[in-house]
Amino acid sequence: MSESDQNPSQDQTDTATTRKTNNKRTVLTLALVTVLMFGFAFAMVPLYRLVCSVAGWNSISTNSAEALAAVKTTTSDTEGTVENAARDIKVQFDATINGNVAWEFKPNVRSVTVKPGEKTTISYYVKNHSDKTVVTQSIPGITPWQATKHFKKIECFCFETQTLKAGEAVDMKLQFVVDTDLPDDISTITLSYTIMDTNRTESLKPDKSNLPSVGSL
Amino acid sequence: MSTTATHDDHHHAPPSGFGRWLFSTNHKDIGTMYLIFSLVMLFLGGGMAMLIRAELYFPGLQFLEPDLFNNMVTTHALIMVFGVVMPAAAGMANWMIPLQIGAPDMALPRLNNLSFWLLPAAATLLILSIIVPFFGGGAPVNTGWTLYPPLSVQAGMGMDLLIFTLHVLGISSILAAINIVTTILNMRAPGLTMMKLPLFVWAWLFTAILLIMIMPALAGGVTMLLFDRHFGTSFFDAAGGGDPVLFQHLFWFFGHPEVYVLLLPSIGVLGIIVPTFARKPLFGYKSLVWGMGVLLLLGMVVWAHHQYTIGMSVAATNYFMIGTILISIPVGLMLFNFMFTMWRGAMTFETPMLFAIAIIMMFSFAGTTGVMLAVVPADLQYHDTYFVVAHFHYALIPGALFGLYAGVFFWLPKWTGHMYNETLGKIFFWWTTIGFNLTFFPQHFSGLAGMPRRIVDYSVQFVEFNQISSIGAFIFGLSHLLFVYIIIQTVRGGPKAGDMPWEGAQIGTPGLEWTLSSPPPFHSFETPPTVK
Ligand code: HEM
Ligand SMILES: [Cu+2]
Repeated sequence: MSESDQNPSQDQTDTATTRKTNNKRTVLTLALVTVLMFGFAFAMVPLYRLVCSVAGWNSISTNSAEALAAVKTTTSDTEGTVENAARDIKVQFDATINGNVAWEFKPNVRSVTVKPGEKTTISYYVKNHSDKTVVTQSIPGITPWQATKHFKKIECFCFETQTLKAGEAVDMKLQFVVDTDLPDDISTITLSYTIMDTNRTESLKPDKSNLPSVGSL
Repeated sequence: MSTTATHDDHHHAPPSGFGRWLFSTNHKDIGTMYLIFSLVMLFLGGGMAMLIRAELYFPGLQFLEPDLFNNMVTTHALIMVFGVVMPAAAGMANWMIPLQIGAPDMALPRLNNLSFWLLPAAATLLILSIIVPFFGGGAPVNTGWTLYPPLSVQAGMGMDLLIFTLHVLGISSILAAINIVTTILNMRAPGLTMMKLPLFVWAWLFTAILLIMIMPALAGGVTMLLFDRHFGTSFFDAAGGGDPVLFQHLFWFFGHPEVYVLLLPSIGVLGIIVPTFARKPLFGYKSLVWGMGVLLLLGMVVWAHHQYTIGMSVAATNYFMIGTILISIPVGLMLFNFMFTMWRGAMTFETPMLFAIAIIMMFSFAGTTGVMLAVVPADLQYHDTYFVVAHFHYALIPGALFGLYAGVFFWLPKWTGHMYNETLGKIFFWWTTIGFNLTFFPQHFSGLAGMPRRIVDYSVQFVEFNQISSIGAFIFGLSHLLFVYIIIQTVRGGPKAGDMPWEGAQIGTPGLEWTLSSPPPFHSFETPPTVK
């Protein structure tokens, strides 16, 4: 606030002209801040993506094949106190359909029990009940989130989109390994997929008839 | 009392007719329009609240469709935040800042006209957004005021209108904020240094700076939403590689500082009212100014306490928790300063002071529940329950709305030249305060017991709490008819108010408004007064 030292003895025309120039400067500065903050909102997009990928949060490509070079799969290099060979990790599977689409989507097994370092393969079932060809993308989420970076997907339908013709059904493969650094206090991991229509402007058109009515809850 | 700055201006009488208001560049007229606008919006938003509470009087569905109910919740909040509290505070700023700092008008009078007239346009868009679903415009906006995707991407045309509403409102408040900062920095009377400013002016300086920092971020966020909805981008769409949580960050980067935008003008009003009726200078004026500055800075970096449940890392969660708890230090400081100002003062209890005291008590309560919510493990329980609803209504109704009511009672004599009816004022105070507490106190309990917010139906164990809440809400709502009556009565007549109707108004760091007549002349301070 550098303006706090205005000279009280200025005469009036002086006051008016200084006010004008001061006003102009202040307005321009503030307008610049406004523009910068608007830009900041858009700068958040790449920044956020960067932070997430550095920290290993919620992105489709995390834990993809290239990350596997670093996977510790031998049971000998355990860092925790629990012997990995003796650990049973329960992995649960969950499925959600996004939006109002006529699809079926579910895991073929509800859960499996694995040991750290052990490769496991399961599959999800998806069927397109609609009369259109759709391109889907599945988005994973892991609970508890602390397990995310220890849950390595070797092969996953979520790595790419799937095209489903009208009425088509497929089993989609997922191969994963839980690495041996998984913190000792985690014994259950839930993997949840949400399947989405990549052409959302079509599928997300609200259609009340698909919604469950409240009375039936 | 000096009246040096008052002069009869025969050639400067206010223009007559509708043009006076439409083309007005006079800060007093624009201030009046802001205040009337927000009063109208108060009844619109309040009407929606009455519908919500009527629906919730019984569990199960009474007369509102679930989507329509959620639309009422959404629009009620947006109207109250953007249509009532912000315009009312801006109206008070328009009226009082030039008068308090001895300026002839706002720095940019024509921009001021634009800032105001954007508001009715925004209100029209907002009302349209409620109406279009009834005419085939798709699903109503049912997201809550936070407009989270993916739900907000799925809503119908109402959502687009709402996005435009926010754009227009954003432009309006940014222009107003730029005007206010410029006025305060450059238009002060010679000799009126920053540290002699009335607290209200300081509070608005911080508010305006905050607005300039955050409104563009909200504008950016909703613009991205618009693009996701119509232009095939995937800022927030996971299927296209985006992330809906990004919107939450953008929203709360705006949303948390926004609560201080709502709060600070009222804190400024209290900073004038409390010394006046305690007849003692404000305790710790400097620390209050610094406290507000700290609040502004801290407030910008704690937004994710609204998002504890999204699965942030422990480090990030901790950071936001500690930051949020730290905020209670400057907030507490303000309240303590007000209490110490009253300590051993020669207090009288006119309506503005009654409000001030009640605000301090009720707002402390909101600060306490705020700290409870700031604590991560506790918030995982409380989040998205009525406990949060109770918290922010205790923060916002006393902290923002009642502060503005207090300001209206305090300055109404100055604005109109008439004293309001003190008995009616006191009746209004008790009526509205009791109604408010009856409405929102029980919501703490239903929230702790697990009643989720923004849901049309609820489980039967919450019936009693909800019925008390609803009855309280009707009492609270009705009290506002008296408020309007008092205002109209005062505008139309009443005992003459002197230049300085409040005995203690000259104490501490008063504004220059008391050197003018009541009501002040249409043009005031054309020759700047000098402050020693
Ligand atoms: C001591 C100071 C405060 C603290 C520590 C605090 C903390 C919090 C926290 C942690 C939440 C998130 C709760 C949740 O969603 O689970 C919250 C919500 C909220 N707070 Fe505060 N708060 C404080 C003061 C205020 C003030 C001064 C205002 C406004 C004048 C305010 C307005 C709100 C609003 C509007 C929400 C809810 C937003 C929404 O979800 O719709 N709070 N507060
Ligand atoms: Cu907040």
